[in-house]
Amino acid sequence: MKMRRWAIALGVLLLGRKKRQPRFADRPRIVAPGAPDPRAEWVALLLLLCAAAAAVGFIVVYSFNHLAHQTQYLGLALGLAFAFVAAALIVVAKRLVVTEELEEDYPLSHPTTQEEVEQLVEESGDRLTRKRLLLTGAGAAAGAIGAALVVPALSLGPLLDTGGFYETPWRRGVRLVDEHGKPLLLDEIVRETFYTAYPQGADKELLGSPLVVVRFEPAQLHLPTQRRDWAPGGVVAYSKICTHAGCAVALFRKPTFPVVEPGPALICPCHYSTFDPTRAAKVIFGPAGRPLPQLPLAVDSGGVLRAAGNFSGPVGPAWSGVRSKAPRNPS
Amino acid sequence: MVRRAVEGTEEPVVIRGLVRFLDERSGTAPFLKKALRYAFPDNWSFLLGEVALYAFVILVGTGIYLTLFFEPSTASTYYTGHYLPLRGHEMSVAYRSAVDLSFKVRAGLLMRQTHHWAADVFVASIVLHMLRIFFTGAFRKPRDLTYYLGLTMLILALLEGYLGYSLVDDLLSGMGLAIGYSVLMSIPVVGGNLALLLWGAPFPGKPDFESRMYVAHVFLFPILIATLLGLHLFLVAARHHTQFRESRRTTEKKVVGVPTFPGQAPRSLGLFFAVAAVLFLLGGLVQINPIWLWGPYHVAAGTNGAQPDWYLGWLIGALRLVPNFDVTIGHYTLVPNPFWGGALFPLLVFLFLYLSPWLERRLTGEYGFRNMLDRPRDAPWRTALGVALFTWVFIIFLAGASDRVFVSFGVSYEAQIWAYRVLVFVAPVVALLVTRKLCFALQQSERLGRIRKQAEAEARGELPQPE
Ligand code: HEM
Ligand code: FES
Repeated sequence: MKMRRWAIALGVLLLGRKKRQPRFADRPRIVAPGAPDPRAEWVALLLLLCAAAAAVGFIVVYSFNHLAHQTQYLGLALGLAFAFVAAALIVVAKRLVVTEELEEDYPLSHPTTQEEVEQLVEESGDRLTRKRLLLTGAGAAAGAIGAALVVPALSLGPLLDTGGFYETPWRRGVRLVDEHGKPLLLDEIVRETFYTAYPQGADKELLGSPLVVVRFEPAQLHLPTQRRDWAPGGVVAYSKICTHAGCAVALFRKPTFPVVEPGPALICPCHYSTFDPTRAAKVIFGPAGRPLPQLPLAVDSGGVLRAAGNFSGPVGPAWSGVRSKAPRNPS
Repeated sequence: MVRRAVEGTEEPVVIRGLVRFLDERSGTAPFLKKALRYAFPDNWSFLLGEVALYAFVILVGTGIYLTLFFEPSTASTYYTGHYLPLRGHEMSVAYRSAVDLSFKVRAGLLMRQTHHWAADVFVASIVLHMLRIFFTGAFRKPRDLTYYLGLTMLILALLEGYLGYSLVDDLLSGMGLAIGYSVLMSIPVVGGNLALLLWGAPFPGKPDFESRMYVAHVFLFPILIATLLGLHLFLVAARHHTQFRESRRTTEKKVVGVPTFPGQAPRSLGLFFAVAAVLFLLGGLVQINPIWLWGPYHVAAGTNGAQPDWYLGWLIGALRLVPNFDVTIGHYTLVPNPFWGGALFPLLVFLFLYLSPWLERRLTGEYGFRNMLDRPRDAPWRTALGVALFTWVFIIFLAGASDRVFVSFGVSYEAQIWAYRVLVFVAPVVALLVTRKLCFALQQSERLGRIRKQAEAEARGELPQPE
């Protein structure tokens, strides 16, 4: 019984469309008048209810532990909820509130007040007789305190010591291993296939570590004379880090029909710097400014490839001065 | 209670109480009334700035959710989750937590993808907003300061986006960071030192670098952007919006528009919900940055056809187009190659944009207030120069995608690069000349139209209308 009375009260409350008596009738209106539009009100109401339904849908979908395409349903539900609110608001904007046009003055500047401020500041300094000296003192204090506050930022990194750029883990005798740590044997290197190698026992995630290793017919190689014995059995090794901007030189172009196709090349996928592995990794296309540094190789009695020294030049992207020193091992 | 509500007096009582409460404690009733009756000129292009604002709101909201799960650490770990292709792979904690956020956290993938889409839409709407500001001359006094703040926010937004996708430590993150590091290194004389300062050690840097990026991405940059955004909007309101010459009522002295309340509020709020709807629909239905496919980053790993988010495409394009040289003096390298495309090019573009208000004042000798907007044709030189600049940037942007064109359609990469290297010089000049001509032609035809109308009116015996 009680429930029914409440339901009726609620119904009257929600559905009653009693016109409100204007409370400010005695004053001129501020907002322009407009005619009511009950149809639009119903549409807006319907859209808001749809929004509520979609939002409830979101909660329901969320409550499932495993549901195929859950992300899609979640996005759909939440997106639709917002879309319905947006639509309701557009109905409100177009049909349920008036679109008045107001005129307003553009704000102006205040020349008199500007002058007063200037005067105020100037008069405030009347009592000072050594203005310039005081300003110098203030400048000195501000500058020094500013510098003192900035100096701790130097702890971020070794600002002046760029020696680290030249360090690599390679030195004479270090074995070449694959990514699982297995040594590379000369006899297992297949011709014109791309291998990635690392220094045995060193951190693989240093720019100075990874190598690309490719094997050619020794007659195909045109290395400078001082590097003639850097490629035992025609195996050449270069730093895998692009000298342009530090990406990994991850592509190898192998001509399948050498008569018409361009020669073999190492290519960096980032901006397609193209290096000729048969000519000491000379840059033949793309933006890199210098060749990939070459690592001299040797073969030990067990047939394992080893470094015969450090790289021919500094590894990775360039900085001012890059070429002025040779790479070295960390001390 | 019930009776009062039915009589319809409930609502005004609440409002009266609220307004009284506020005014008695803050004295803001006059300000409130003025703010509610602030006039918004009614033009669709004015909504672009609002789209940027609302995308930013969504970015902050979804971003906060992501921070509750993401672990910014490069410590090494092994993946043991449900996604089979990555099982047993060595990776950083950061990457693993982002994969878990995608697969294990319920609604995590929705939030991640919505966040990423919001970032792309954010920058896109800023750029469109900027184009409308530029080509209508809205940057002139008294809004030049507003314009500088906007440009600064654009730069911050680009960096913020870059930091965001660099944090995850997937393969694309790492490749992008290697390039960013190299561009910083390439700054003449001090580049190497700056890179060491930021990264803490030669690439990939100290583990602290991840924390540095994280605090910048979730705290420093958002706060900076929010602060500048507040100032930007304050200045817009303080000087009022610009307007187009639409009727005789719109003048340099008077702005005509829809009041904040009730006219503008539901439109703007509706736009907010529309932006939110689009972003969440995209986030749920359209996959973006599937990091589990890229795999974890290792310095020796790379992949063909990798592309950054769209708003960095212009820089990738510029890096691609520069021919292979470093500037050297004997054995000393002075300017490494990435400097030209990665640093000098964006510097020039932003320099031009920052200098535009000043340049225009110098060239036109107009030092006064400008509240009325130009249509692009009304300022042929500005329009032509702007079109030339943005054509230049756009061509270079296209060049950034030439690897995709090669991988997808097999068009020779080298041929494309050579074509772009020519276009970069030719297209802006052509664009400049054509645009200028077009502006004058449009002005001319308008003049002719006016004369014809007047002549017809006179022929019909009507009095000529004063303009
Ligand atoms: C973080 C990004 C930005 C946000 C969220 C933003 C937001 C807004 C909003 C909401 C408005 C008022 C609506 C409008 O006139 O479109 C506005 C106006 C303005 N914005 Fe931005 N903006 C951003 C970036 C920029 C940029 C990059 C520039 C220019 C380089 C710029 C220059 C201006 C100017 C000059 C106005 C006043 C325009 C007028 O009154 O006609 N803003 N901005
Ligand atoms: S990083 Fe290798 S080409 Fe740019």
